[in-house]
Amino acid sequence: MMQSHLLLLVTFAFFVSLVFALLTKDDAREQLRFGGMMFGGFLAAAIILGWLMLPFPF
Amino acid sequence: MPAKPQTPPPPEVGSLVLLCLAAWAIPGVGHIWQKRRTKGLIFLVALPLMFAIGLAIHGRLFPFDFSDPFVCMIAGAEFGGGLPYLIGNALGLGAGQVRAVTYEYGNTFLMTAGLLNLLVVIDAYDIAVGRK
Repeated sequence: MMQSHLLLLVTFAFFVSLVFALLTKDDAREQLRFGGMMFGGFLAAAIILGWLMLPFPF
Repeated sequence: MPAKPQTPPPPEVGSLVLLCLAAWAIPGVGHIWQKRRTKGLIFLVALPLMFAIGLAIHGRLFPFDFSDPFVCMIAGAEFGGGLPYLIGNALGLGAGQVRAVTYEYGNTFLMTAGLLNLLVVIDAYDIAVGRK
């Protein structure tokens, strides 16, 4: 079974972005744009926060 | 004088309740019912799949334990998933393995799938009453 944290993060971000894009936008083009931005935002935030937390001793 | 555009009559309360119950029980059915088939089908696949992934990676289906408010809130979020939650409970899935490395991820998938389904129900309601 999936144990990769990154793969789980990507899967989670994909599903949440998909549902929010469909809920908030009606036009296919806008859905794709909004969903893509949200997905990218999830990944970028996770990677940046992960980097910032790297020096923490706990 | 131009005729005023006719607004459709508001749906009956009974049919609204039925719609919301169906939309909760089977994710996406509220949209399919209202002829928004593409959205409905995507919800129908995505949300139960997300729920199934949560169970597969050892997430837990929490009971409604009113002595512990946090557990109760998590159970409420998972309950939002509809039939997948009830089926998972009935089959004894979702025991959860605290020692599994993916336990917290599993819980997150289960809770989020439930909460997203509640948003989908609200969206179906908004469509039914003509707000969208």
